[in-house]
Amino acid sequence: MALTTYVEAIRQGIWEEMERDESVFVLGEDVGIYGGAFKVTDGMLDRFGESRVVDTPISESGIVGAAIGAALMGMRPVAEMQFADFISCGFDQITNFAAKCRYRWNAPVPMVIRGPSGGGVHGGPFHSQNPEMYFVHTPGLKVVCPATAYDAKGLIKAAIRDNDPVLFFEHKFLYRRIKEELPSEDFTVPIGKAVIRRKGRDISVITYGAMVYIALDAAKQLEKEGIELEVLDLRSLLPYDREAVLETAKKTSKVILLHEDTRIGGFAGELAALISEEAFDYLDGPIRRITAPDTPVPYSPPLEEFFLPKVSDVTRVARELHAY
Amino acid sequence: MGESIFEGTLTRWLKKPGDTVKRDEPLFEISTDKIDSEIPAPASGTLQQILVQEGQTVEINTVVGIIGDGSVVKETSPTSATSVTAAPRATTPEPTATPPPAVSGEEEESAAPGHVSPIVRRLAREHGIDLTELAGKGTGINGRITKNDLLAFIEQRSTAPASADVERVPMSAMRKSISEHMVLSLRTSAHVTTFFEVDCSSILTAREALKSDFERAGTKLTVTPFFVLAAVRALKRFPILNASVEGDTIVYKKTINVGIAVNVEGGLIVPIIKDAGEKNIQQLSEAINDLGERARSKRLTPEEVKGGTFSVTNPGQFGAVIGTPIINQPQVAILCMGGIKKRAVVVDDAIVARPMIMLALSFDHRIIDGATADQFMADIQKQLESWS
Repeated sequence: MALTTYVEAIRQGIWEEMERDESVFVLGEDVGIYGGAFKVTDGMLDRFGESRVVDTPISESGIVGAAIGAALMGMRPVAEMQFADFISCGFDQITNFAAKCRYRWNAPVPMVIRGPSGGGVHGGPFHSQNPEMYFVHTPGLKVVCPATAYDAKGLIKAAIRDNDPVLFFEHKFLYRRIKEELPSEDFTVPIGKAVIRRKGRDISVITYGAMVYIALDAAKQLEKEGIELEVLDLRSLLPYDREAVLETAKKTSKVILLHEDTRIGGFAGELAALISEEAFDYLDGPIRRITAPDTPVPYSPPLEEFFLPKVSDVTRVARELHAY
Repeated sequence: MGESIFEGTLTRWLKKPGDTVKRDEPLFEISTDKIDSEIPAPASGTLQQILVQEGQTVEINTVVGIIGDGSVVKETSPTSATSVTAAPRATTPEPTATPPPAVSGEEEESAAPGHVSPIVRRLAREHGIDLTELAGKGTGINGRITKNDLLAFIEQRSTAPASADVERVPMSAMRKSISEHMVLSLRTSAHVTTFFEVDCSSILTAREALKSDFERAGTKLTVTPFFVLAAVRALKRFPILNASVEGDTIVYKKTINVGIAVNVEGGLIVPIIKDAGEKNIQQLSEAINDLGERARSKRLTPEEVKGGTFSVTNPGQFGAVIGTPIINQPQVAILCMGGIKKRAVVVDDAIVARPMIMLALSFDHRIIDGATADQFMADIQKQLESWS
């Protein structure tokens, strides 16, 4: 059976939902004739027509506003940000409006805003960011960050079917590097559920997105030294799987929190707080964070390489923690 | 008192109400029958109130005083004394007028398990493990006890083959104290033991002569006072045996206070005959009988186990021919009495039956040489064999 890439999995997920439900449509810059900057909507215009595959002007705030309006009117828009960095142009409408509709009027906003995030492709400071935390801090939204093709497809389908606004952060580094065999039948992945990618006895690495692979590579190296990492892939950040986090922390008693996003206000801070509040009596060492430094994402390739968390960062911190 | 670990006597306040105290500065002294210790202040401030007076015996966790710190009032309770009792390394191990220079705070640290992580603390509590047992055995950074160290310890303990057919009993405070003190003494002094045989004919004759007089006075006369008196006289002639060592200094004690080892339930205790050098045979006899009886009935005061300068032990009463005792720190010698038994000895080329005893002297070779120890013993021997 053919292997499906991460980006193709997303395309399949949207396609299947559009086939399944007429209220689902896509909108964004170059999603129609061009098929999307990363080809996520390739072929959709021919299949579904221009009323359901809408090319928009270069205005993220316009895209977001139109999507929210359509969602309030009963449609299920899937809005593409050509780069997730530019979602900030629609920030007010997402956080002050979409996120609060259910709270204020019990009005569902069944909208997905999706787009490529993350670095590692020399995209520079405006095309490499990880904007998830702006939205994780906004009650009323849902935020997901899939790491595998299976999860990308299962989560985009779950996001489209969800009645709340879901921000779907794809990782562009994974688009064509990650591929796997997918089931032919319809499936979804529940929002808010983490998954253990690798079982281990000694140290938990809790992470998401592209960093899942950094953690797994580190685990492979450390295995030879007799250090067993357990890798937990959060998949969803809002809501997130508190039980899974606490379970692995209690199991190993030593925790590394790893993300590509910058450090201050990163998701690691939330996890560290939860673990120390709920699992303090199980800890056998300091909770360690591995994150990007608090700077913009550098364009210079050597600087970007320095900026992004690496396998060697994980092995170093894991060795320190193991020896602690 | 006795061997209870649940109470202690506050023997002396080292500060008066109103005095300023610094954290870890000696605040008061406590005593149990085997342990005397200075208790450091748990906090800095002003000693505002004394709640337990000197000489009062109270249970652990009793608040004994209050240290004020401006508006904040901190209670100082023998909780610290409790932990001290549980870890006798941290204490001055034996009654003595001059405590060894060891600072309790420092020693406490070396015996402590170091930094303890939350899970280690929790597991230790759940499994009833005293973490000082693992002190120094941690495999973590700086010898930290890790969760895995503790799990391995629990595993080993639970799978120890003995677990089915042994019973594990934690030591009593007295047992721990004796245990610590014995090891401390062997580590401190250069132990040598010398043996002498003594013909007891003279002292048995003397005892027969005095016995009825003593009994009329209400005192049972045993042979022990003869040996104590002979030892006291010899100590006056060989003062180096009535000394102690402090660093590079030999401290000669002007007073002779003889400790008599008394076997009690669960251990042993060494009450002191104060000013034994000033006492005659009758006074010694009365003191020995009185201290022995009160030791066995646990009615000694803390003062009565303090300040010994020389010790006598008598395993002969249990049938021992002789023993090689361990010195009672910070003393430098201990006399051991075997059992008196009629033996065939040669006197003037004739084999005769004589009541013989073996005496042993364990001495600290750091300051006492064999010749001196043997002269001391020969002195005792001569006195006993020509008692009149």
